Order: sequence, then C-alpha cells, then structure tokens
Amino acid sequence: MRIDVKKTYKLFIGGEFPRSESGRSYEVYDAKGNFLANPALASRKDLRDAVVSSRGAAEKWEKTSAFNRSQILYRVAEVMQGRAEQFVSEIIAQEGLTKSQAKKQVEKAIDLWVWYSGWCDKIATIYGATNPVSGSFYNFTIPEPLGVVGVFAGGKDSLLDLVHGIAPVLAGGNVAITLANQNFPLSAITLSEVFATSDLPAGVVNVLTGKHSELASWVASHMDIDGIDGSGLDSQVYESVRLAGTDNLKRIKKFSSTQSPERILAFMESKTVWHPIGI
Amino acid sequence: MLSTRSIKTASKLWAIDTAISMIDLTTLEGADTPGKVISICAKAIRPDPTNLEVPHVGAVCVYNDMVKVARQFLDSSGGEQIPVAAVSTAFPSGRASIEVKQRDTEDAIANGATEIDMVIDRGAFLSGNLSKVLTEIVCIKEICGDRAHLKVILETGELVTYDNVRKASFLAMAAGADFIKTSTGKVQPAATPAVVLVMLEAVRDYYQLTGKKIGVKPAGGIRTTKDAIKQLVLVNETAGPEWLNPELFRIGASALLNDLLMQRMKMKSGQYSGRNYVSLD
Repeated sequence: MRIDVKKTYKLFIGGEFPRSESGRSYEVYDAKGNFLANPALASRKDLRDAVVSSRGAAEKWEKTSAFNRSQILYRVAEVMQGRAEQFVSEIIAQEGLTKSQAKKQVEKAIDLWVWYSGWCDKIATIYGATNPVSGSFYNFTIPEPLGVVGVFAGGKDSLLDLVHGIAPVLAGGNVAITLANQNFPLSAITLSEVFATSDLPAGVVNVLTGKHSELASWVASHMDIDGIDGSGLDSQVYESVRLAGTDNLKRIKKFSSTQSPERILAFMESKTVWHPIGI
Repeated sequence: MLSTRSIKTASKLWAIDTAISMIDLTTLEGADTPGKVISICAKAIRPDPTNLEVPHVGAVCVYNDMVKVARQFLDSSGGEQIPVAAVSTAFPSGRASIEVKQRDTEDAIANGATEIDMVIDRGAFLSGNLSKVLTEIVCIKEICGDRAHLKVILETGELVTYDNVRKASFLAMAAGADFIKTSTGKVQPAATPAVVLVMLEAVRDYYQLTGKKIGVKPAGGIRTTKDAIKQLVLVNETAGPEWLNPELFRIGASALLNDLLMQRMKMKSGQYSGRNYVSLD
C-alpha cells in the first residue's frame, strides 16, 4: 500500500515558497464542508517582507520593455494551460462547481492573461497623447506605472477574480502583492507555482494567504505600497482601508469583474513632457 | 534563536539606537564624489532630519582622498565629534609595498583621519608568512601612534577556515590593533554571525590574557535591523555588555542605516515606512 504525498501549502514571496514567519496556518473546507487544506496564515511581518521584495522587483519590472512584459504575460497563459486540470480539480473542490463550469472558468482566466498581455505595449500608445500647446514645445503625455499595488482577491470565482486583479496591474508595469481569496486560496497557490515557472522576475507577484481582516489595515497603512485594488474586500473593510491609506495618498480602487483597459490605467500615473523644439 | 521575534518595543528601540550609534557609515566606491561624501556626512550627523532624538552614527568611513572633504564638512556642520575613518594600505587588496602603505596611512592622518582601517596581506598569511603580516601591522601602528585608532581588516572571506580567523585575530591584536574588522565589503561572504562569533571569542580571550580590550567591527552584508540586532546579541553574550558601546563595537554599513531608520519610524508611528521616506544611500 502506498501512502499519499500531501502538499504543504505555502506563501510565495520573492520567487520562493516560504512558510509564514509566524508558523501559523488555518483550515479551509471544500464546498461540502469537509476539510480541504491547511494554507499558511500570513502575518504582518510576511507582508512587510513581501513589500521589500516587491519594491526591489518594481524597478526591474518597470524597466522591462513593454513588449517583453507582454511576452511574459503570454507565457503565464501558456504555463497555465499546461496546468489546467489542476486548476479545474481545485475549483471543483473549493467552489462545488461542475466540471464543465470549472473548466469554463479556467479557460476564461487563461484568455484573460492573453488579453492583458496584448495591452502591455499598447496602453501607452492608445492612452498617451500629444497635446497642442501654445509655444515652441512638443508636448506629450504617457502613462507610467505607479509601483507596488496590493490586490485583495475575493468574489465567487476564485481563479478568474484573482486574474482580474493581478493581470492588469502587471500589464501596466506595476508589481502586485496579492492577498488570496481567504476561503478559496488553492487557486492562488497554484497560480503562484505558475508564476514561478513563467519567466516572471522574482518578486513581481507575491502571494499571501490568510485573513483579509487581519492584513487589510497593514496593507492600507504601509507607506511603501502605492495602490490597492480592494475589489475582494467587503464594504466595511474597504472603507477602513480607504481611511488608513490616506497618509501616503494611496490610490485605492474597487472594480466590478470586467476586463477593461481602465483597470490597467487605474494604477498608472500620467507623465507630461515639454520638449523644446525649433530653438 | 536569533531569528525569532524575541526583542520588542522598548528593548528594540534601544537596540536600534545603539546600532545607529555604532555604525561606521561607509561609502567605498570608485564612483565616489565629494558631493556623495558630503551627503553621507550630513546623514551621519543627523540620520533622520525629522527626528532629533536619533543619535549620530559612530564614524564616517571613506577612501583616503575623501578624508579631507569629510572632515571639513563634519567640522563646519556640527559633526566635530564624529571621527573620519580612512581605508588605507592599498585597500581592498593590500597588494602594495610597505613603503606605499606607510605613505598611504601618513597621508590619511595628515588629512584628518582619526581612524585607520588597514588590510592585512592575506596572501602572506595564507602562505604561512605570518611575520610579514605582523611586521606590516606593527609598522602601520607606529605611524598611527596616538593620532589614530587602528582597525585591522582580516578579510575573513579569504581566510578559508575559522581557525585561520582566530589565528589572524590574535596576530592583529598582538601587533597592536585597536579594533579587528571582518571584511573590506568587497569579498563575499563577509560579516557572517559565525565569523563575528569567532572574533568576539578571540577578543574575550585576549582580554582575559592581557587585560586589554580590543574592539570588533563586522562589515559587509549587514543590511537589516534584524542582522544588526543579531550582532548586538552576539556581542552581549560573547564579549559582554562592556563591548556594547561605539568605543569597542562598530558596524561597517551603508544600507543598514536606512533600514534601522524605517524600523524606528514604524515603532513611533505604528505604520510600516518605505524607501521614499528616507534619504538615498
């Protein structure tokens, strides 16, 4: 008789899979209420470590050419495709969907990466502008990434909502600290294994599993996080995040789950250049 | 044990301030300019301009030709009490004749250095020519005299074994070093806790033998508050609490100071700080 090899679910920080420094974990249950897994329960110190890693990666990711970023996001889709069955079985277990429903969600999530991959080198072309000004200047505006963005994943589609959060952040040249859906964390953990094997530089996405209510205020008040996608937070926690995030003028947004270039632009800054001409 | 979260609140604040006061704030790059040296001197005097409770650092450590710039700025800006340390003797390799090394040291002291960080000849040490190593340290010590403290850099990353580190430590102390220092910062591994432990034990044993207290300076690779606190714990547990002062323990670092300041801000404000809120290093 063979003994099953059980998986230890860990965090994803700086391209590595550490346990929580607190040593804690919590229990998640499947759709029928049976025990499913013991993911790590991230502490605020894990968050701090993730921010240090993200800040280091932000410089590199911002400098990566838009075309290359596009290739890497497409690579994420490719690697996800190879892992589709694992995603499907985890979604069935977590959310209690039928196989065909789960498969549909995985395919949509993969397609979403392809879609945002295409935006990487087009966002500045389409949403940048040349501005008519009075004077001998060539004046133009381009969107540039904000930096480190915290993404709270929630919603009922554990994988699709997660990709709705992360992909636009990366497409704009930002880096993401992802707080996984606390009830359905397995999709986020498997997705981090995809990131680890997709040419994505270490630290561009960090994934923490744990309780949103415990970490939200620390994400909000952290002075080195520039933006938050709070789509996965309930409205009460979201309001407290908005309050705690005022100190460093953090950009805090909430979206419905639609794919849109607006989600990329939400975490970009417009830079306007006055370039002298004809002198 | 040293990595767990055992040091909290008031003790942590004390540890952070103690570590800041022990830093030899260092810039040792080929691309150093007078402007950069002045900016680290300003930071040495007042590490956090928004908070005057933060102590000044232990010393400023620069290349020889920047000593004058550093000394003049410190003297004219309220940093008279901060010594300038110069890395002399053909730093970092030490590959020059003794005459050149002596001249190098003379020059640094003439320009206002009151601490000399010299490197030992690792090639001679490893090939067993201990008398050459010893003679060189004695020569440089003679030049320093009462004018400057002598720190001897062992470059432990090139000494291969812990036995060698202990041997080199004793050699340096016997030759008249006021401080023994782990590394130049140009070779990895640098100031690992294990190497610092060996050196602290050597210093402790030397004190028991001779009654003379020699300082220790780990340098290179100490970047986070946690690293620094680990070092302080090692000092306290090995050499003893008397060594927990800038006269007998220094940390050679540049990036460490910002991490200490950010941790200090976190303790005061309750929220994690970021790189945008401290000066560049």
